[in-house]
Amino acid sequence: MTLANLIDKYGFKVLTNSNEYLSRTVTGAYACDLLSHAMAKLNMGDAWVTVHTNLNVVAVASLAEAACVIIPEDIEVEQQTISRAEEKGVVILSGSASSAEICYEILSELRKTV
Amino acid sequence: MSTKIIRDYIIPADDFAVAGEASSDVRKILSQLGVSPNILKRTSIAMYEAEINAVIHGHGGKAHVEIDENKVFIVISDEGPGIEDLELAMQEGYSTAPDSIREMGFGAGMGLSNMKKHADLLEIDTQVNKGTTVYITVYFQ
Repeated sequence: MTLANLIDKYGFKVLTNSNEYLSRTVTGAYACDLLSHAMAKLNMGDAWVTVHTNLNVVAVASLAEAACVIIPEDIEVEQQTISRAEEKGVVILSGSASSAEICYEILSELRKTV
Repeated sequence: MSTKIIRDYIIPADDFAVAGEASSDVRKILSQLGVSPNILKRTSIAMYEAEINAVIHGHGGKAHVEIDENKVFIVISDEGPGIEDLELAMQEGYSTAPDSIREMGFGAGMGLSNMKKHADLLEIDTQVNKGTTVYITVYFQ
Protein backbone atom coordinates (compact mmCIF):
# COMPACT_ATOMS: atom_id res chain seq x y z
CA MET A 1 0.00 0.00 0.00
CA THR A 2 1.37 3.43 -0.87
CA LEU A 3 1.03 6.55 1.23
CA ALA A 4 -1.35 7.90 -1.42
CA ASN A 5 -3.59 4.81 -1.00
CA LEU A 6 -3.48 5.19 2.76
CA ILE A 7 -4.46 8.85 2.62
CA ASP A 8 -7.30 8.18 0.16
CA LYS A 9 -8.67 5.27 2.10
CA TYR A 10 -8.67 6.78 5.59
CA GLY A 11 -8.90 10.47 4.82
CA PHE A 12 -5.76 11.48 6.66
CA LYS A 13 -4.78 15.12 6.33
CA VAL A 14 -1.33 15.60 4.82
CA LEU A 15 0.33 18.27 6.95
CA THR A 16 3.58 18.42 5.05
CA ASN A 17 4.03 19.48 1.46
CA SER A 18 4.97 15.97 0.43
CA ASN A 19 3.54 15.17 -2.99
CA GLU A 20 6.84 13.76 -4.20
CA TYR A 21 6.84 11.13 -1.43
CA LEU A 22 3.28 9.84 -1.70
CA SER A 23 4.33 6.85 -3.80
CA ARG A 24 6.32 5.56 -0.82
CA THR A 25 5.24 2.07 0.26
CA VAL A 26 3.83 1.48 3.72
CA THR A 27 4.85 -1.96 4.95
CA GLY A 28 3.78 -1.83 8.59
CA ALA A 29 2.36 0.23 11.41
CA TYR A 30 3.85 0.98 14.77
CA ALA A 31 2.57 3.03 17.70
CA CYS A 32 4.85 4.25 20.47
CA ASP A 33 5.38 7.53 22.30
CA LEU A 34 8.73 6.76 23.91
CA LEU A 35 11.17 8.06 21.35
CA SER A 36 14.08 5.77 22.27
CA HIS A 37 11.81 2.77 22.13
CA ALA A 38 10.33 3.82 18.81
CA MET A 39 13.79 4.50 17.41
CA ALA A 40 14.90 0.98 18.26
CA LYS A 41 11.74 -0.81 17.18
CA LEU A 42 10.48 1.05 14.12
CA ASN A 43 11.01 -0.84 10.90
CA MET A 44 11.81 0.87 7.65
CA GLY A 45 8.51 1.55 5.87
CA ASP A 46 6.36 1.64 9.01
CA ALA A 47 3.66 4.22 9.48
CA TRP A 48 4.60 5.52 12.93
CA VAL A 49 1.71 6.72 15.06
CA THR A 50 2.65 9.05 17.92
CA VAL A 51 1.05 11.81 19.93
CA HIS A 52 4.33 13.70 20.08
CA THR A 53 4.61 16.63 17.72
CA ASN A 54 8.03 18.03 18.65
CA LEU A 55 11.08 18.26 16.39
CA ASN A 56 12.57 15.04 17.71
CA VAL A 57 9.79 13.07 16.05
CA VAL A 58 11.18 14.20 12.69
CA ALA A 59 14.71 13.10 13.62
CA VAL A 60 13.52 9.67 14.75
CA ALA A 61 11.25 9.13 11.73
CA SER A 62 14.02 10.17 9.39
CA LEU A 63 16.71 8.00 11.00
CA ALA A 64 14.39 5.01 11.19
CA GLU A 65 13.17 5.61 7.60
CA ALA A 66 9.53 5.41 8.63
CA ALA A 67 7.15 5.71 5.66
CA CYS A 68 5.32 8.48 7.51
CA VAL A 69 4.38 9.84 10.90
CA ILE A 70 0.68 9.81 11.78
CA ILE A 71 -0.54 12.13 14.52
CA PRO A 72 -3.80 10.81 16.00
CA GLU A 73 -6.86 12.49 17.56
CA ASP A 74 -6.49 15.71 15.58
CA ILE A 75 -3.60 16.81 17.77
CA GLU A 76 -2.17 20.03 16.43
CA VAL A 77 1.36 19.96 15.04
CA GLU A 78 3.76 22.89 15.45
CA GLN A 79 4.74 24.70 12.27
CA GLN A 80 8.45 24.27 13.02
CA THR A 81 7.96 20.49 13.11
CA ILE A 82 6.17 20.57 9.77
CA SER A 83 8.88 22.74 8.18
CA ARG A 84 11.60 20.49 9.53
CA ALA A 85 9.80 17.39 8.24
CA GLU A 86 9.57 18.92 4.79
CA GLU A 87 13.33 19.59 4.81
CA LYS A 88 14.02 16.00 5.87
CA GLY A 89 11.56 14.28 3.53
CA VAL A 90 9.40 13.10 6.44
CA VAL A 91 5.68 12.91 5.66
CA ILE A 92 3.37 13.89 8.53
CA LEU A 93 -0.28 12.87 8.40
CA SER A 94 -3.00 13.64 10.87
CA GLY A 95 -6.29 11.92 11.65
CA SER A 96 -9.10 12.03 14.16
CA ALA A 97 -8.95 8.36 15.22
CA SER A 98 -6.88 7.11 18.15
CA SER A 99 -3.44 5.51 17.79
CA ALA A 100 -4.95 2.07 18.36
CA GLU A 101 -7.67 2.57 15.76
CA ILE A 102 -5.21 3.88 13.18
CA CYS A 103 -2.87 0.91 13.66
CA TYR A 104 -5.79 -1.51 13.54
CA GLU A 105 -6.98 -0.09 10.22
CA ILE A 106 -3.56 -0.07 8.60
CA LEU A 107 -2.56 -3.52 9.80
CA SER A 108 -5.94 -5.01 8.80
CA GLU A 109 -5.49 -3.60 5.31
CA LEU A 110 -1.88 -4.76 5.03
CA ARG A 111 -2.76 -8.27 6.18
CA LYS A 112 -5.51 -8.50 3.57
CA THR A 113 -3.02 -7.84 0.80
CA VAL A 114 -0.32 -10.27 2.00
CA MET B 1 36.77 1.90 0.19
CA SER B 2 40.49 2.31 0.75
CA THR B 3 40.66 5.65 2.51
CA LYS B 4 39.28 6.48 5.87
CA ILE B 5 36.40 8.94 6.02
CA ILE B 6 36.60 11.30 8.99
CA ARG B 7 33.90 13.70 10.10
CA ASP B 8 33.59 16.05 13.05
CA TYR B 9 30.41 17.66 14.30
CA ILE B 10 29.46 20.15 16.96
CA ILE B 11 26.45 19.13 19.05
CA PRO B 12 24.79 22.27 20.43
CA ALA B 13 23.30 22.21 23.93
CA ASP B 14 19.53 22.00 24.36
CA ASP B 15 18.91 22.67 20.69
CA PHE B 16 16.42 20.12 19.47
CA ALA B 17 16.24 21.82 16.09
CA VAL B 18 19.57 20.24 15.20
CA ALA B 19 19.61 17.25 17.56
CA GLY B 20 20.17 14.20 15.40
CA GLU B 21 21.84 16.07 12.54
CA ALA B 22 25.22 14.41 13.09
CA SER B 23 23.61 10.96 13.21
CA SER B 24 21.58 11.77 10.13
CA ASP B 25 24.69 12.84 8.22
CA VAL B 26 26.61 9.70 9.20
CA ARG B 27 23.65 7.57 8.17
CA LYS B 28 23.65 9.27 4.79
CA ILE B 29 27.38 8.63 4.28
CA LEU B 30 27.05 4.97 5.26
CA SER B 31 24.04 4.56 3.04
CA GLN B 32 25.96 6.02 0.09
CA LEU B 33 28.77 3.55 0.80
CA GLY B 34 26.26 0.72 0.45
CA VAL B 35 26.35 -0.40 4.08
CA SER B 36 23.55 -2.89 4.84
CA PRO B 37 20.22 -1.65 6.28
CA ASN B 38 20.76 -3.56 9.52
CA ILE B 39 24.13 -1.90 10.13
CA LEU B 40 22.66 1.49 9.18
CA LYS B 41 19.91 1.01 11.70
CA ARG B 42 22.19 -0.12 14.52
CA THR B 43 24.63 2.72 13.89
CA SER B 44 21.82 5.29 13.74
CA ILE B 45 20.25 4.09 16.98
CA ALA B 46 23.52 4.01 18.94
CA MET B 47 24.77 7.35 17.62
CA TYR B 48 21.45 9.15 17.95
CA GLU B 49 21.10 8.08 21.59
CA ALA B 50 24.61 9.32 22.34
CA GLU B 51 23.96 12.57 20.49
CA ILE B 52 20.68 13.14 22.32
CA ASN B 53 22.36 12.44 25.66
CA ALA B 54 24.96 15.10 24.89
CA VAL B 55 22.15 17.55 24.04
CA ILE B 56 20.03 16.74 27.09
CA HIS B 57 22.60 16.00 29.78
CA GLY B 58 25.99 17.13 28.54
CA HIS B 59 25.41 20.82 27.72
CA GLY B 60 26.17 19.88 24.13
CA GLY B 61 29.40 18.40 22.88
CA LYS B 62 31.27 17.05 19.89
CA ALA B 63 31.05 14.03 17.65
CA HIS B 64 34.05 12.54 15.86
CA VAL B 65 33.40 9.77 13.34
CA GLU B 66 35.83 7.52 11.48
CA ILE B 67 34.65 5.15 8.80
CA ASP B 68 36.97 2.59 7.22
CA GLU B 69 36.28 -0.54 5.18
CA ASN B 70 35.50 -2.63 8.25
CA LYS B 71 33.72 -0.42 10.72
CA VAL B 72 32.35 2.89 11.86
CA PHE B 73 33.91 4.31 15.01
CA ILE B 74 32.06 7.14 16.77
CA VAL B 75 33.27 9.28 19.66
CA ILE B 76 30.76 11.58 21.34
CA SER B 77 32.14 13.77 24.08
CA ASP B 78 30.71 16.43 26.33
CA GLU B 79 31.90 18.54 29.21
CA GLY B 80 28.73 18.10 31.18
CA PRO B 81 28.10 16.87 34.72
CA GLY B 82 29.32 13.30 34.12
CA ILE B 83 27.53 10.17 35.27
CA GLU B 84 27.70 9.52 39.01
CA ASP B 85 26.85 5.84 38.99
CA LEU B 86 27.48 4.33 35.57
CA GLU B 87 26.24 0.88 36.53
CA LEU B 88 22.93 2.34 37.65
CA ALA B 89 22.71 4.56 34.57
CA MET B 90 23.17 1.51 32.32
CA GLN B 91 20.06 -0.10 33.80
CA GLU B 92 17.10 0.16 31.49
CA GLY B 93 14.46 2.48 32.95
CA TYR B 94 16.86 4.54 35.06
CA SER B 95 16.87 8.19 34.04
CA THR B 96 17.81 11.55 35.49
CA ALA B 97 16.07 13.49 32.70
CA PRO B 98 13.88 16.37 33.88
CA ASP B 99 10.13 16.49 33.22
CA SER B 100 10.56 18.90 30.30
CA ILE B 101 12.59 16.22 28.51
CA ARG B 102 10.16 13.45 29.43
CA GLU B 103 7.31 15.47 27.98
CA MET B 104 9.11 15.35 24.63
CA GLY B 105 9.18 11.55 24.75
CA PHE B 106 12.71 11.06 26.02
CA GLY B 107 13.88 10.21 29.52
CA ALA B 108 12.63 6.61 29.52
CA GLY B 109 16.04 5.42 30.65
CA MET B 110 16.71 3.58 27.43
CA GLY B 111 19.51 5.62 25.90
CA LEU B 112 22.55 3.84 27.28
CA SER B 113 20.98 0.40 27.03
CA ASN B 114 19.99 1.10 23.41
CA MET B 115 23.61 2.04 22.69
CA LYS B 116 24.84 -1.13 24.31
CA LYS B 117 22.36 -3.33 22.47
CA HIS B 118 23.07 -1.89 19.04
CA ALA B 119 26.82 -1.19 19.11
CA ASP B 120 29.36 -3.97 18.72
CA LEU B 121 31.63 -2.19 21.17
CA LEU B 122 30.65 0.49 23.66
CA GLU B 123 33.02 2.19 26.02
CA ILE B 124 32.10 5.05 28.33
CA ASP B 125 34.55 7.34 30.12
CA THR B 126 32.87 9.59 32.59
CA GLN B 127 33.98 11.85 35.40
CA VAL B 128 31.68 13.80 37.65
CA ASN B 129 31.81 17.54 36.87
CA LYS B 130 34.21 16.90 33.97
CA GLY B 131 32.14 15.22 31.32
CA THR B 132 31.41 12.03 29.46
CA THR B 133 32.91 10.45 26.37
CA VAL B 134 31.16 7.58 24.62
CA TYR B 135 33.03 5.36 22.14
CA ILE B 136 30.83 3.34 19.79
CA THR B 137 32.05 0.82 17.24
CA VAL B 138 29.85 -0.95 14.72
CA TYR B 139 31.45 -3.52 12.40
CA PHE B 140 30.18 -3.92 8.86
CA GLN B 141 30.57 -7.71 8.87
